[in-house]
Amino acid sequence: MSFIISYIVPLLIIFLQSLLVMIAVLLMAYFGIYADRKIWAAVQLRKGPNVVGPFGLLQSAADLLKLLFKEIIIPEKANKMIFILGPIVTCFVALSSWAVIPFAENWVVADINVGILYIFAVSSLGVYGIMMGGWASNSKYPFMGAMRSAAQMVSYEVSIGFVIITVLLCVGSLNLSDIVIAQKNLWFVFPLFPMFVIFFISALAETNRPPFDLPEAEAELVAGYQTEYSSTLFMLYFLGELAATFLMCAMTTILFLGGWLPPLNIVPFTLIPGVVWFMLKVAFIFYLFSMVKALVPRYRYDQLMRLGWKVFLPISLFWVVLTASFLLIFDIAP
Amino acid sequence: MFPAILFYIFSATIIFSALMVIFSKDPINSVLFLIFSFVNAAGIFLLAGAEFLALILVIVYVGAVAVLFLFVIMMLDFNIENIKKETKKFLPLGLFIGAILFLEISLMIYTPEIFSNEFKIIGKYQISNLSNTEILGNLIYTDYFLQFQLAGFILLVAMIGAIVLTLRHRDYVRRQNISNQINRDSKASIELVDIKLSDRGKNDN
Repeated sequence: MSFIISYIVPLLIIFLQSLLVMIAVLLMAYFGIYADRKIWAAVQLRKGPNVVGPFGLLQSAADLLKLLFKEIIIPEKANKMIFILGPIVTCFVALSSWAVIPFAENWVVADINVGILYIFAVSSLGVYGIMMGGWASNSKYPFMGAMRSAAQMVSYEVSIGFVIITVLLCVGSLNLSDIVIAQKNLWFVFPLFPMFVIFFISALAETNRPPFDLPEAEAELVAGYQTEYSSTLFMLYFLGELAATFLMCAMTTILFLGGWLPPLNIVPFTLIPGVVWFMLKVAFIFYLFSMVKALVPRYRYDQLMRLGWKVFLPISLFWVVLTASFLLIFDIAP
Repeated sequence: MFPAILFYIFSATIIFSALMVIFSKDPINSVLFLIFSFVNAAGIFLLAGAEFLALILVIVYVGAVAVLFLFVIMMLDFNIENIKKETKKFLPLGLFIGAILFLEISLMIYTPEIFSNEFKIIGKYQISNLSNTEILGNLIYTDYFLQFQLAGFILLVAMIGAIVLTLRHRDYVRRQNISNQINRDSKASIELVDIKLSDRGKNDN
């Protein structure tokens, strides 16, 4: 009996909480696809999805059903095990990072001490799904897409790491809730604006969003690493990528835009619950992501690598040193 | 009891996947099993309460080193039969290195008194209620600062060595000069020419 109370019940609670977070993320992804297409269409003076359901709101559901009922095609010469594992790894990793994201004060599944490191570690695993899928397809375009993706993600992780270190220097804790609370008086986007810009662009590159979507550049590589994928497996890649994109939006919100905190700590703003502020900020960052997709032409691959290693890495490293020295000289380090 | 069960699950998977690294036929499978054993090792660190070390293990080894490993192995064209023959040749060397490693680890476990000084330093932090990330930071950057700097210096030397070994200036490689490309504008690249229209069109009518 005591065994059930001390082990099974907490496990069940954790399971239900995770399920809730997963449903929330999937809903975000659902409306994310719709918003992405609508914004893109609006920029190009088109209407976007408007046929299925009111304002086309059920378009994503129709696409989902279509993908579910398609046939899964596995190429004959593919390594079947790794071929199936690839999308599963991508989706699993992208969803499991959400366990430590605080949606509002104390609204977090696992409030661990090293939350930010956990996200950094788990999201760095996302590259495996893409590499496994690209290699296991046993075809040239997917393989080239996978190689590009691996190089790109490893490169931009470096500058993301330095941006995170800069923020951590100002906070003095690796816990995500502490990072948000440290911004009670001043959101980090103001003192660390250059770091915010670098983080935003690196997040685009890390999640293979346009203008850095070279791993799936359709003009050169058909569809990159997902060329051979169909049906549910393709959907898993798609979902994983969207969940990772929203994770990066949430990370930007937590690191720079004060998470669940209202913009001003006065009455009309504080009446709105924290989770609404959090979602509004995430939606705003996602809107910026979509606008970049609609407005900026795709980078060339060598330009992308140059930007990562020769521009972002030195600048972010310099800012780490600058921030550390500033905090030390004025004796305001936490 | 629950942590004990988890510990046995993790360690059994580590041993299994470590064996699979050696015995699987496809080198890609070997690397994937290696990554799997890294992740499980991180799980054991977590059980021991060393969450910082666990995540650093995942970030550094799984997120960076093993990616490059996989990268290289995917690009190489292996002949597995040849590798199998080569393995037999290097077996004594491998056993020798393994024996040294085993000896070192057992020395550490069975003769803790040679580390008494280290235990004293670590014990100083055990009574304070700092998190293990903070303790690790204090140990590395205060108590063992010189050793840490030395380790970093060795890494720097190794890195420069690797760059020197691979850096060659090849004249026949075409390179893109980004600043030239950016500075190029429509005036430099487009020339507007007035063309005298022939009067052939008129005759056709």
